[in-house]
Amino acid sequence: MTVRWIRAALAGVAALTLGLAGCGGGDEPAGKAGGGRVTVFAAASLTETFTRLGRDFEAARPGTAVTFNFAGSSALANQITQGAPADVFAAASPATMKTVTDAGEAAESPVTLARNQLVIAVPRGNPQRVTGLADLTRSGMKVALCAEQVPCGAAARKALDAAGARLTPATLEQDVKGALAKVKLGEVDTALVYRTDARAAASELDAVEFPESAGAINDYPIVVLKRAGAPDTARAFVDYVRSDAGRAVLTAAGFQPPQA
Amino acid sequence: MSVLDTAAPAARPARPRHRVPLALLVPAGLGLLFLVLPLVGLLAHAPWTTLPQRLAQPGVLTALRLSLQTATLATLLCVALGVPLAWVLARVEFPGRRLVRALVTVPLVLPPVVGGVALLLVFGRRGLVGSWLDATFGVTLPFTTAGVVLAEAFVAMPFLVIAVEGALRGADPRYEEAAATLGAGRWTTFTHVTLPLIAPGVAAGAVLCWARALGEFGATITFAGNYPGRTQTMPLAVYLALETDLPAAIVLSLILLTVSVAILAGLRDRWVGVP
Repeated sequence: MTVRWIRAALAGVAALTLGLAGCGGGDEPAGKAGGGRVTVFAAASLTETFTRLGRDFEAARPGTAVTFNFAGSSALANQITQGAPADVFAAASPATMKTVTDAGEAAESPVTLARNQLVIAVPRGNPQRVTGLADLTRSGMKVALCAEQVPCGAAARKALDAAGARLTPATLEQDVKGALAKVKLGEVDTALVYRTDARAAASELDAVEFPESAGAINDYPIVVLKRAGAPDTARAFVDYVRSDAGRAVLTAAGFQPPQA
Repeated sequence: MSVLDTAAPAARPARPRHRVPLALLVPAGLGLLFLVLPLVGLLAHAPWTTLPQRLAQPGVLTALRLSLQTATLATLLCVALGVPLAWVLARVEFPGRRLVRALVTVPLVLPPVVGGVALLLVFGRRGLVGSWLDATFGVTLPFTTAGVVLAEAFVAMPFLVIAVEGALRGADPRYEEAAATLGAGRWTTFTHVTLPLIAPGVAAGAVLCWARALGEFGATITFAGNYPGRTQTMPLAVYLALETDLPAAIVLSLILLTVSVAILAGLRDRWVGVP
């Protein structure tokens, strides 16, 4: 009885191990052989545009497949320097890109793909009548910001300092989508998010522009990584993002073109 | 298959009975290695030279204090509600008891982030209970320390209920029956006979519960958000430090590890009799 149990358990473990090994082994040669598989690590604020660009890119080049990992730029930069299998990295700030280039993970020098700036996200109809950053310091006003470790948080800090606005946020989220979600859920009254994120959620939220955001514009750098499994396809994707077609998608989403 | 079946009985008399079979020893060793190696990695990469300065940073102590406070409060809440719940499950016959028991263990298998979202939908400003709390008492739970306690208790309570229910089922019912024949009511029996009987089980459950609460991340960051001194517990601080400062994250992890190992070891020897 016990012997049978142990044997069954061992067989299970063996099957699991083989299965896992199979997965790992199966993926790698495909990438190495340049099978057109590109893994893109991109800032959370690029979620909608890059998903769209990835689909367009696959359609334009049959046989290619683009997969994404969207998260806060700093978390992604960390994953890349710790050896995560990424081919392309698109960050929401030059500072987070720098951790990757400093670690010697980039195959080339990064180029700017777009710029983005902050807006105040408020529930539809702006029930609290928020018109600028000063309104966020009102007592009882619940505000979600990004943590300063991620680009949208660094930009928010810069804008708030420029406005001389001192506030205690309700929460510091790990990425811009987290801050946005807290407004959608109605748990906070406002959040400082990118214009593009507010636009992507326009059915649920309104965006209030404020002048200080002009002083805290984020450049979005993109780069092909040194350990890319399919460097040619990776470079083609970067070129596609920066092409007229790519730029049109980015602009429609509310991004600004890079400074000439 | 046949090799094991035939060889084992024949070889048995020759071998000493307490010999450990290799087929168990090898995976056991691998299992141990698998569990211990990551901890070794933490120790190996720890920035020992700058450790004192890093420990002295104000944010570290704030997060540690908040973690210890909220985990303890969550455990108290779990004991206050979980022990009676376990008693009902173990001692009262009622229709749908199996279903209730299954429901109690749901937070065990639920991804904590989902638990956090569920808590928001109930206790959030627009939630079923939360909107009433807000309108009646002007109380909102998300983004408060109370919210952290709530999130931790939600995730940790099943550990306590399961441990205590197990202890209740293992306890000899004759003591309770004897108390009843001597005229003790159910409440008196519970407080004077049952509770002392299952005290080790309650302690074990509370320790498990506390450890789970201390490590809670997903439900906390979703429901209570992240703000230093108010809702940023150690696991949240580790996660955020990881974004920019790996050595700081390692230091925070080491502290959490040391505290939990110390307290678990201390409690295990004193109260939790492990046979």
